[in-house]
Amino acid sequence: MAFALGKRLDDTLETLGAVAQLLGESVRSLRYQRPSWSEFVRQLYAVGVKSQSVVITTGAATGMVLCAQTYFQFHKVRLDTATGAVVSVGMASELGPTLAGLMLTARVGASMAAELGTMRVTEQIDALRTLATHPVDHLVVPRLLALTVAAPLLTGEAVLTGIFASYLVGVKLLGIEGAYYVAYVNRYTAASDIAIGLIKATLFGATIALICCYKGLTCPEGAEGVGRATTEAVVAASITILVGNFFLTLLLTQLLG
Amino acid sequence: MIEVKDLWKSFRDTPVLKGVSLTIAAGEAVVIIGRSGGGKSVLLKHLVALLQPDRGQVQIDGTNLCSLNERSLLAVRRKFGMLFQGAALFDSLNVFENVGFVLLREKRYPLDEIRRLVAEALEMVELSGIEDKKPGELSGGMRKRVGLARAIIYRPEILLYDEPTTGLDPIAGARIDGVIRRIWQQLGITSIAVTHDMASAKRISNRILMLHEGVIYADGSTEQILHSVDPIVYSFVNGIPIDPPPTASSTLTI
Repeated sequence: MAFALGKRLDDTLETLGAVAQLLGESVRSLRYQRPSWSEFVRQLYAVGVKSQSVVITTGAATGMVLCAQTYFQFHKVRLDTATGAVVSVGMASELGPTLAGLMLTARVGASMAAELGTMRVTEQIDALRTLATHPVDHLVVPRLLALTVAAPLLTGEAVLTGIFASYLVGVKLLGIEGAYYVAYVNRYTAASDIAIGLIKATLFGATIALICCYKGLTCPEGAEGVGRATTEAVVAASITILVGNFFLTLLLTQLLG
Repeated sequence: MIEVKDLWKSFRDTPVLKGVSLTIAAGEAVVIIGRSGGGKSVLLKHLVALLQPDRGQVQIDGTNLCSLNERSLLAVRRKFGMLFQGAALFDSLNVFENVGFVLLREKRYPLDEIRRLVAEALEMVELSGIEDKKPGELSGGMRKRVGLARAIIYRPEILLYDEPTTGLDPIAGARIDGVIRRIWQQLGITSIAVTHDMASAKRISNRILMLHEGVIYADGSTEQILHSVDPIVYSFVNGIPIDPPPTASSTLTI
């Protein structure tokens, strides 16, 4: 048992080290090579534009359920009008970036790991190398940039959709006074809450790209290897987002709150 | 000039290469033969530093590839073109983008010039007019020839072929062999292929090396190897199993 745990910890640390090395190589690539803008735009479209429906649905559903549940509790102590503030702050700084990050991991990260993994097992990555092209320059950097740019934009979209959906549920369905709802949202949602959410989203975007690209690039042989690499990428990125969110909340609230 | 000195490689404690040494001069057409799983592709990948050895050296024109990092290797790899066993075409790109990949990426030529060069490379492999097709729309033989066009478009000094006829019917195999031989004759590119297809080896080589038990067991001209009376070479060339296989201890020069 202790041995298995030790091995798991060892593997995790090794993965973290390798992902950090991939980040270093990506930074080196950005310093010495001009990124392929056409590939970046292609990835931005695949990551940003095509993820909107998923992210908007997630934001709206979360905003609605958070509003309803908060209202049911606050109604008991006659604090109905504070519902909007709780939803707004929660969505902007915690739920928005975390849930958007998890949805991006599932939709985009899994696809990245599977695509690069398939490229690896079909020797396409070796072919890139023989064509004097560094895989990090051609495959990792455009994806890293695209996710780092797209994640905060998509998170902003999820947060706004969530707040708007909570407004509809709170005001139109549950009968909270609309003017109070908006006033409390404005009063209690600080610029720092929005900044914290967007900083987290940017870091989560970069983390998803690096972990999923790493898992794809180091994929074991065969279809089973691609499947395993994809699963590991999604699990590793999701856990990193969930655990990282806690520490980022502590750190960023200290710095900006 | 390619020089391999005492190359060793193991995978999970299973030794595959056990001290391979060889020299290939510029302009030669060499085929490396040997049994399936015997390390031929592993040796080929070492020549272009897609794999790093446990021990030994691979020198290309005096540069030791084993001492270079991945980024420094890019310049050396510009000397190579490689045809992979499954062609390894990029799925997301069409034939034009695959063949012109390096030229499009380096942006050294205007697009019209790249189109002309791609058409010329496709003509050389007898596949004119398929620029807009996706790799998924091509047969196995066509994919290999597109892979070959991609490898020759930037005129490398050395071409590596990993099992060029594997998975093809005899007609398609003979056709790709013809293309390989013509490229070698017309462009004067050093040609190194690994295969266990003796008909193919005969057509595309002027020298054959036999990899056996992790070392170069035999080295001679195509005719010498094909007519060798050494039991191991004879057994392999003529497809006659011998049991138990003798252990190789040193290179047999024929």
